[in-house]
Amino acid sequence: MTANAPALKKKRHNRMPMLAQAGPVSIWMILFVTIPMLFIIYISFMSRGTFGGVEYTPTTESYATLMDATYFKVILKSLEVALITTGACLLLGYPFAYYIARKPPEVASKLITLLMIPFWTNSLMRLNAWMLLFQTNGPVNNFLQAIGLTEAPITFIYTPGLVLLGLITNFLPFAVLPMYSSIEKLQKSLLEASADLGATPRTTFLKVTLPLTFPGIFSAIILTFIPALGTYTVTDMLGGGKVLYIGNIIKNQFGAIRNWPLGAALSVLLLVITALLIFLYTRFAKIDDLEVL
Amino acid sequence: MPNSIVSLQHVEKWYGNNHVVKDMNLEIQEGEFLTLLGPSGCGKTTTLRMIAGFEDASSGSILVQGERVEDKEPFQRDVNTVFQNYSLFPHMTVFDNVAYGPTIRKMPKEEIREKVMEMLALVQMDGYEKRKPDALSGGQKQRVAIARALINNPRVLLLDEPLGALDLKLRKQMQVELKRLQKKLGITFVYVTHDQEEAMTMSDRIAVMRNGVIDQLGSPVEVYERPRTKFVADFIGESNVIDGTVESVDGQTIVVKTAGGTVTTVGEGFAAGDPICLSIRPEFLEVSKTPVAGFDMPARIKDFIYAGSVVRTSIDLVGGQEIKLSRFEMDSSLSEGEAVYVWWDPAKSVAIHVEKAAEEVAE
Amino acid sequence: MNQTASKKRAARRGFTKALGDIYAVLIYSIFYIPVAVMMIFSFNDADRNFFWKGFTTRWYGELFEFGNHDLWESLAYSLVIAILATIISVVVGVLGGIGLKKFKFVGKKFIDTMIYVPIIVPEIVLAVAMLIIFMTIGVKLGMGTILIGHCTFCIPYAVVTIKGRISGDNETLQEASMDLGANRVQTFWRVTVPSIMPGIMSSAFLSFTLSFDDVVMSNMLAGASQSTLPVLILSMNRTGVTPDVNALTSLIVVFMVVGMLVSNGFTRHRKKKEAKLIAEAESAISAARSKM
Repeated sequence: MTANAPALKKKRHNRMPMLAQAGPVSIWMILFVTIPMLFIIYISFMSRGTFGGVEYTPTTESYATLMDATYFKVILKSLEVALITTGACLLLGYPFAYYIARKPPEVASKLITLLMIPFWTNSLMRLNAWMLLFQTNGPVNNFLQAIGLTEAPITFIYTPGLVLLGLITNFLPFAVLPMYSSIEKLQKSLLEASADLGATPRTTFLKVTLPLTFPGIFSAIILTFIPALGTYTVTDMLGGGKVLYIGNIIKNQFGAIRNWPLGAALSVLLLVITALLIFLYTRFAKIDDLEVL
Repeated sequence: MPNSIVSLQHVEKWYGNNHVVKDMNLEIQEGEFLTLLGPSGCGKTTTLRMIAGFEDASSGSILVQGERVEDKEPFQRDVNTVFQNYSLFPHMTVFDNVAYGPTIRKMPKEEIREKVMEMLALVQMDGYEKRKPDALSGGQKQRVAIARALINNPRVLLLDEPLGALDLKLRKQMQVELKRLQKKLGITFVYVTHDQEEAMTMSDRIAVMRNGVIDQLGSPVEVYERPRTKFVADFIGESNVIDGTVESVDGQTIVVKTAGGTVTTVGEGFAAGDPICLSIRPEFLEVSKTPVAGFDMPARIKDFIYAGSVVRTSIDLVGGQEIKLSRFEMDSSLSEGEAVYVWWDPAKSVAIHVEKAAEEVAE
Repeated sequence: MNQTASKKRAARRGFTKALGDIYAVLIYSIFYIPVAVMMIFSFNDADRNFFWKGFTTRWYGELFEFGNHDLWESLAYSLVIAILATIISVVVGVLGGIGLKKFKFVGKKFIDTMIYVPIIVPEIVLAVAMLIIFMTIGVKLGMGTILIGHCTFCIPYAVVTIKGRISGDNETLQEASMDLGANRVQTFWRVTVPSIMPGIMSSAFLSFTLSFDDVVMSNMLAGASQSTLPVLILSMNRTGVTPDVNALTSLIVVFMVVGMLVSNGFTRHRKKKEAKLIAEAESAISAARSKM
């Protein structure tokens, strides 16, 4: 062992653990997320086959179709409904989240579980229950007639109002959870400091609570607006297929109508809207902070 | 090198462009208590982790018991580690934590039980075996971590700032206990700390590290009394460091001109005109009301600070530098603002070549 | 004077609190009314769900006469898919969560982003994208494609859950284990997995519920094969959902709540047992000390 022992050739790095752990998930995501996403963009620029399917000649025809009055109206209508849903979820959800967050931790965790339990029932069955309640001879109409508010039964089912109710009840928990966790993280001492410095509860809320819980609010926006924009089950169940939204139209392009490029173009539109929202979000917070659970 | 149990030869470590350990050569003797001492970021923990096998050296070789270990995984090396944050497995009881090593080695159950109890008794933790780490205090966790590392009978125990999280009183107590344990077991301890007092108390030898280089390797007395670099002088204990130029050399006796006056010291390899740096410990510094031969350093007493066991006196030199003197008792003949002459036994001051000092500045 | 002021304050506080409680009850009732309605109608003595005709338990009886092939077949199909999707998602997701937290490699950032795509993008888009790919390369639609679809949105949830559970400590725990002589595989099973067990359990639970409840993927990627239970319910929509489905879903939710209560009871019991052991050890130590 002389003092100038030759430098060992660099130890071959053991890559097995890395491959075994990060490998499967990486491959899965590339195969079933990246490639399909790229492919759908590609397809959206292709032509519709004569008997459905795709003909591989490039065109922007599908996007031109989206600009048609009929489709454009649907897109606007969907955006409007998703917007109303999101607004309602925020307005209803924030005070509720605040209420839970201000309870002691043991109570809060129980209240959260209580919030999750109804969601173990099938979402379609819950929507169906709203139908049962609001049907023409259902409990709500009976009640309204009994107290003399209305003579003849009101038609609730298959109306946009009922669709909205379904959307809001469906997505409200996803708005509550991220807002709850950001309010819960808010230190009570900050509110006390604000009050101590002479701020009224209103001012404290506007100047301290709201800005500090903004990431949670934005998470809530993303987690309600995007799914509300793409849903078709709620509109199918409660709208009876009468009112079409983006989700229904996309789905139909892969069923009876078989216009894949149009369905793809609509999907790309949803992707673009999603990307835009996420881009906005990343200006305020890190994507890892997006409370998805 | 029959006695060296761990040997580092030309070990280098790069993190990207960051040169963390530079051409490190270190022979750790069988049965010694060696401390790697230095400020944070000096490469001491990286060195320890390379010995343990958690980091690969960029080049150079590491030998444990004369055998190269670069290609060995941590679990194949005959060394064990006590971690800074204890790293006790939170899902296991104290017993299962200590039994972990032998269980992995598939020792018979009865034997494991015996050994675990023996180890827990050694660190005075018997009776706690059913507890989870969460239900232990910091000091108790540390004892369990030590028992867990020792049960494998390692030839070398690596300790990475094991007392860092404990309060001062417990630290002092654990220092003594660790030292006793090491003597009793007779195994090699390689200890990492940034606390020079801790290093002084426990070590047989100290390797003072800075910027990935061992500045000085020696016994606590050596590094304290004969620091080789300005950094060591500064880092180990308190020291007065005075810069100057060599005026004349007579054998080992050197006369140095400083901003505060002329002083005498001893040293080797100096020539007239060389820049020089002097280190003198506060307890070796003397003051006199009349000039002393070989010294021409007029000064003024600034103030006294009573610090329990010692009294520290601040002294202003001509040119503005403030130096410190410490004594066990207050010298009642001195008063604040009084003019004095500073001197010391030339043999007690350490002359440091300034090429080294310059290099320090450059880094 | 002072007292009346503090009384006023207390009254105001009490009022705010009452308002909060009322609001919370209202919100909870929005969530629970549909469940209650569903359960009530499972006892409705009518062939169609439209009117309340009186109390009966016959739907539960019919459910167990197994004349109800469609329903049971769909349920079994849903269960098989949910169980398989859970197993695959937990394995891939747990490994991936650990790997993506620990290692740095080329393209890691890209994968990290891809993880969020299935969580954020509307499910219909992902489903359609996969459908197009499967159709184009000629994969036969059926259980396999549904399973792939489900795993694709379950894995990201598992990865995110696990990543959140792995603290900085985890790395040193693994080092400690290897330092004590355990190789990588032993370390994985003895240290890494137990220390993230709560995360593994919750990602398994989440994967199961997401898969079991899914409509969109199951609908789009099923082809001509058997329908899962939610797809069957969706297809019933036009003609009206039959009361036996109410009975079945009521049973499922009761089953899940009981399951949760039992598992909670178990953990509480275990914690109590541990606390007792600690208390015993403590008294033993103090007894030994007092003898000295």
